[in-house]
Amino acid sequence: MTKYGVGQPVRRVEDRRLITGQGRYTDDITFDGQAFVAVVRSPHAHATIEGIDAGAAEKAPGVLGVFTAKDLDADLPCEIDLASRDGTPRADPPHPVLCRDRARYVGDPVAFVVAETAAEAKDAAELVEVAYEALPAVADTALALEPGQPQIHPEAPGNLAFDWHHGDDAAIEAAFAEAAHVTTVELVNNRVVCNAMEPRAAVAEPRGDDGVTLHVCSQGVWGFQPVLAGHLGLPEDEVRVMTHDVGGGFGMKAMYYAEYSMCGFAAKRFNRPVGWTSERGEAFLSDSMGRDHVTTASLALDADHRILGLKVETVAAMGAYYYRFAPFIPTGAALKVLPGVYAIPAMTYDVRGCFTNTVPVDAYRGAGRPESIYCIERLIDAAARDLGLDPAELRRINFVRPEEMPYKSAAGETYDTGEFARVMDACMDKAGYAGIAERRGESLARGRRRGIGMCYYIESTMGDPSEHAGVRFADDGVELLVGTQSNGQGHETAYTQVLNARLGVPFEKIRVVQGDTKRIRTGGGTGGSRSLTAQGVAIHGVSDKVIEKGRAFAAQHFEAAPADIRFEDGAFTVAGTDRTIDILTLAAKARTMTAPAPELEGGLDADATIQLDAWTFPNGCHIAEVEIDPDTGVTEIVAYNIVDDFGVVLNPLLVEGQVHGGVVQGIGQALFEHTVYDDAGQLVSGTLMDYALPRAWDMPNFDFSTIEVPCKNNMMGVKGCGEAGSVGSPAAVINAVLDALWDDGVRRVDMPATPLYLWRLIREAERRAA
Amino acid sequence: MYAFDYAKPASLDEAARLLADDPEAKALAGGQTYIPTLKQRLAQPTRLVDLAGIPDLATIKEEGDGLAVGAMTTHKAVAASPVVQRAFPELAYLASLIGDPAVRAMGTIGGSVANNDPAADYPVVVLTLDATVRTTKGEHRGSDFFPGMFETALEPDELIREFHIPVPEAAAWEKFRNPASRYALVSVLLVRTKDGEIRCGVGGAGPTCFRATAIEDALRSSFAPEALDGVTIDAGDLNEDIHATAAYRAHLIPVLAKRCVRRMLRR
Repeated sequence: MTKYGVGQPVRRVEDRRLITGQGRYTDDITFDGQAFVAVVRSPHAHATIEGIDAGAAEKAPGVLGVFTAKDLDADLPCEIDLASRDGTPRADPPHPVLCRDRARYVGDPVAFVVAETAAEAKDAAELVEVAYEALPAVADTALALEPGQPQIHPEAPGNLAFDWHHGDDAAIEAAFAEAAHVTTVELVNNRVVCNAMEPRAAVAEPRGDDGVTLHVCSQGVWGFQPVLAGHLGLPEDEVRVMTHDVGGGFGMKAMYYAEYSMCGFAAKRFNRPVGWTSERGEAFLSDSMGRDHVTTASLALDADHRILGLKVETVAAMGAYYYRFAPFIPTGAALKVLPGVYAIPAMTYDVRGCFTNTVPVDAYRGAGRPESIYCIERLIDAAARDLGLDPAELRRINFVRPEEMPYKSAAGETYDTGEFARVMDACMDKAGYAGIAERRGESLARGRRRGIGMCYYIESTMGDPSEHAGVRFADDGVELLVGTQSNGQGHETAYTQVLNARLGVPFEKIRVVQGDTKRIRTGGGTGGSRSLTAQGVAIHGVSDKVIEKGRAFAAQHFEAAPADIRFEDGAFTVAGTDRTIDILTLAAKARTMTAPAPELEGGLDADATIQLDAWTFPNGCHIAEVEIDPDTGVTEIVAYNIVDDFGVVLNPLLVEGQVHGGVVQGIGQALFEHTVYDDAGQLVSGTLMDYALPRAWDMPNFDFSTIEVPCKNNMMGVKGCGEAGSVGSPAAVINAVLDALWDDGVRRVDMPATPLYLWRLIREAERRAA
Repeated sequence: MYAFDYAKPASLDEAARLLADDPEAKALAGGQTYIPTLKQRLAQPTRLVDLAGIPDLATIKEEGDGLAVGAMTTHKAVAASPVVQRAFPELAYLASLIGDPAVRAMGTIGGSVANNDPAADYPVVVLTLDATVRTTKGEHRGSDFFPGMFETALEPDELIREFHIPVPEAAAWEKFRNPASRYALVSVLLVRTKDGEIRCGVGGAGPTCFRATAIEDALRSSFAPEALDGVTIDAGDLNEDIHATAAYRAHLIPVLAKRCVRRMLRR
């Protein structure tokens, strides 16, 4: 059993299937008689729709129908209640599945065509004539709230979605009034395009009754079920939502999108399966994007360099509409870790959400926490420079200390554990932090600039605090029903490890079942780095029930008292005897035995729903070392060190994989990913020819290790690891870039630090110095 | 992709006839530019004339003072060719840096030159070495084969058979990649011909590849990196996009040329 136990680097059981082409992604599902959807999207960032002439399209070969908002008139929900500082609720403009009378971003769906083949649907979509009256647009977050800008929604005057406030203004004013030193930074947290490997896809399938089954890529099926049912006018239980293998979600696939209702609508209308698969170019125009903040942040310190107060003001773009969680991401989600790992007595955080004529923004790996950690960790570096301190030392002075745990932060979160100085020291040792001066000199001798940058991040994992697990015994093994949804993380491996450790069922006889509203009672889906914490505890919960039931059945089988039955290593034994039966054999017998009690009907099968009282606070130190060529502006990451505290580590291979992916995603944001809208609201970086994703050869080898400080908020002692890499890396990299160019006179660096951008900063600094 | 007819002729002459018969037909070599263009519905040919079925177009051999390279020779074949590696190793190196392994396995020298993408690599070779472009209608000089962006001296129904590429005495290739597409944002091919002439070809920077005469002049008097200090390239005619301003491209040309000089001096 220890082979698969806690802490074992068990190799991913799903990989053989996934890398030999036997995965089942949504686009792999094609039914006989399936028809296809093509979406007509607005080419204008902002325009009124004066009329739609579908006549030519309807007559095109293979076309079954062309539909507009007149046919499918429904809205996509935003689940977030949010009040502005004056108590008024956030602006609530509708987000229609299909534009009613106005298009608000390039890509906004205006109509859709259903045809016999995908090619015919696309051909006909080009024949749909939409009469647009173009309107002026605003795509720039920094401008959207300024007077005189184009107005996007009548429900949101001045493009203001909300004006949210946290904290005590009087306390922060007092803190800044008594400060010996104040440092202020201005930051841009750049908008990023998700670019999951697997583009979005959906297939809706009519059922014998009036119902519909939707096969769709998602991060959890349960949230989609009521939306589709509502759009189709069906009771929820007549809509079944299924998600199979998913090739990357990152928050983007947690959203419910218009195309899913188009497929459902057409499946009902034509009583045949109808599918849609996004192309890469379409993904750039329709997948929810991430980040997009403009921030001013100030730190007040006393004469001993202790932080007195933190004041942050952010403008956060929503894009043209809200998706499910958009208003929460820059506010409540970001707030959780805004004070970072520091003892900060006073804090205010003000966020103005704005609408822009751009693709909507919502959760993207980290969802608010990367934005906040980028802010505090850039700010603390800036303060250290202002004070002439080593940034690591300013951090050390202000760390919340282990003996202060549990610690209630200025954001109101209660950190259960954390040994920040110990983790930072381990990372500094590994990174050779003390030797940077010598390495800097070596680089300089070669005409290069070397810099080192640190980020000490803390994460607050999130999501639905309840989770479900079910166990179903069959002749050939056990099905484990889960409410989370693997998007590639390796859930099958992790959950199999947990169930194997608890029930002793052979590893290879456990099959994880996910993504089916019919088979699985409920689930919280995947997001917020919640899966192992919530699902793992739920698997423990259902295992308890299986063992309890098994004890009753074993007692009946052996004609012994239930109190005398022991469960160990996957077998039930009458204490003090050699009478023993393994769990699979007992489960098979139990299916035909008379249940010992009415509540034991169904043999050993069981379900459990658990509720977590508190989330977890993974934290860690990232140290990036970069070398920049001032002739070209190219940044090379020459070393990257990570020490993470993820509490108890179930599977170090899976964890390291998550960290590598997250770090690369964060480095992508920091150095490569540049989402560019022009003044007319056209997406200039709309293909992978212009939108730079990081590639393997851009990456250094990561030196990753963990220090395990068990979490006290769950019985497994685990902390979520899925997003941590993307939380820690942007600030580490940009702090390193700024460090490298400081002596050249560069004083501000924003993301993405592309070669062109850095080259210009260096030239500007040269000109200033001349 | 729009629907189109497809033909796979067995000879170049037949291919040329199919193209002459139908001005909306289009020749397909390796397809590494054209297939993505079709997939994005940015082109709507009546017919694709696939050149992959024509024998003897993918040969590499030494010929006189140069290399004869068939139009359908893939980048992978050039990179791996012992003939190229011995006679003109920098050409093999250049080919090895085009695109990614999948692109190199399919993309061809003829397709690259005929398309004349400003960011493509082979046009710089053809221009700089004044290679001979042998076609179904005769021959062209590389030095006047590229009149402008995506334009060549080819007639619509004229197909390239092979290139005769003079082998230089020494050469160095430097490519500064576009961070997104990894095409050349700027590329520089610096050569010393067998006659001792210094030539500097530039790709990626302008509407089409060109010779940087200021760099050639400076290096003629002194073949050293320092000779390029103070050499400036006029940004006026250069490309601008979100990855590079014209000024940045102009700046990068001598930076890459210096790297070429250093590499040639080290050998």
